[in-house]
Amino acid sequence: MTMTDTGPTSPAPSTMDNGSTVVLRSVSKWYGNVVAVNDITMSLGPGVTGLLGPNGAGKTTVLHMMAGFLAPSKGELTVLGQPAWRNPSIYSGLGIISERESVHGFLTGWEFVLASAKLHRLKDPEAAARRAIELVEMSDAQNRKLSTYSKGMRQRTRVAAALVHDPLVLLLDEPFNGMDPRQRMHMMSLLHTMGAQGRTVLFSSHILEEVEQVSGTVQVIVAGRLAASGDYRTIRRLMTNRPHVFTIRSSDDRRLAVALIGDPSVAGVEIDPTAGLTLKARDYGSFTRALPKIARAQGIRIQQLLPTDESLESVFSYLVAS
Amino acid sequence: MNLTIARITARALFGRRRFLMLLLFPVLLIGIAVLARSLGATVDNWGPPVIVALGIAIMLPVVALIVGTGVLGSEIDDGTIAHILAKPLPRSEIILSKLYVAITVTAVTTGVPLFITGLIGGSTSLAVGLLVGAVVGSIAYSALFMLLSLLTRVPVLIGLAYILIWESLLGRLLSGTSVLSIQQYVLTVAERISHSDFLTTRVSLPVAVAMTFIFAVGATLLAIDRLRSFSVVGETT
Repeated sequence: MTMTDTGPTSPAPSTMDNGSTVVLRSVSKWYGNVVAVNDITMSLGPGVTGLLGPNGAGKTTVLHMMAGFLAPSKGELTVLGQPAWRNPSIYSGLGIISERESVHGFLTGWEFVLASAKLHRLKDPEAAARRAIELVEMSDAQNRKLSTYSKGMRQRTRVAAALVHDPLVLLLDEPFNGMDPRQRMHMMSLLHTMGAQGRTVLFSSHILEEVEQVSGTVQVIVAGRLAASGDYRTIRRLMTNRPHVFTIRSSDDRRLAVALIGDPSVAGVEIDPTAGLTLKARDYGSFTRALPKIARAQGIRIQQLLPTDESLESVFSYLVAS
Repeated sequence: MNLTIARITARALFGRRRFLMLLLFPVLLIGIAVLARSLGATVDNWGPPVIVALGIAIMLPVVALIVGTGVLGSEIDDGTIAHILAKPLPRSEIILSKLYVAITVTAVTTGVPLFITGLIGGSTSLAVGLLVGAVVGSIAYSALFMLLSLLTRVPVLIGLAYILIWESLLGRLLSGTSVLSIQQYVLTVAERISHSDFLTTRVSLPVAVAMTFIFAVGATLLAIDRLRSFSVVGETT
């Protein structure tokens, strides 16, 4: 389904840099002595972009600054060619779904989306609300109160309210939280469609696989800094080709250590009589292909193979370092 | 005035248990007045403790405090304010719509029982004076308490301090505090209309009217400016 032109006129795209709809130039945000966002420069254009980073990295702060909810302490931030801060007119072309899923529970889904359409001063708010609710497949439950909805239903209704005015830019903070797999697939397809229609869609996530499935472009934020930016596959390669640490238990740890140290994919091995082998691999792919061959050739049985540093934090730390 | 915002604000307000508890005040006020009259007391006897101390000094400001901080403060607390802020609406429209609801609800909730209490006191002019006084107080208190909900995370506490310490305690001890006391403006307006002997005033009518205007307009303008620069803080950074 496509959105129609019930929305108000959006700000003129001619004022934007090279087709970029959201532009951050050296943007920082600090609270007292705590720096939440540190000197971020990025520009977003049409299509879906993932804002990836561990919890507490500054994703929400960046999104809130883009949404005009927070003032940058330093730097310049524009949405659709206009400053986002203290400028309510940007919301004619901007839709926001914050992570905090607070809604007026006494309203029905229909009333909630219709109120959003009316507050956007659309010409035909009923028609716009109906279309938005159909888009998120919530028509059947639209007359129930929001307080009776599941988390996923509430999330979809919030998406409908954010899309009701057909915005050019859509910002979503952790939109897949609380959704079941089917709802997740539906939301992913919706974001794809929005991006394909030429809208700028930015969504934040701390889960790599979510970003992988939805967006071709990612902005990675770690500890308030922009750690990586660009094509998802390039960044994924950077992430998977980094050194990995494994612990291995086998039928003969010492003999396996000797055999493994000779392989070019292995950077180092330590033997611990109680914990087994701790092995540092140069890259994930080569090592995981080499290990079974070496073990079979030596007649050694692998009893346990555990990656030890697969937390997102360690992945992101590596990205920052590189 | 934005009807959509006003309707949602009113529904949210009436859905809160805290607000429904406030309806006990009018019942209490009218009940005591009826009891006092049935026992043969004159309004000059029961008026000061019932109408002034309970009605004007407690019921009016406390209802205004709960309603005035509730229309915006509750949405700030639970995060629903973000839905309204993310709309292309002048911030003045949001503030004025919420203020309209706060003033109307407070004026009706306190003005009607004060009017009835005035009638129980046997004087239509007293009833009208109290009603007009309640409307004046509702305007000034609502603007002030709504501003507080944008300035601090504990607006009810600070509002109570204003009512109990500034207006009631210091108001009795230091006459100079009267000029910044909304309660005194209410008393002056009610007294000038009703000419009731038990209503004692400390500020002149021009001062009461001018200060009500300054409180209402000043607090509203400040609230609009604060809302323009309102920061929505996420659960995570």
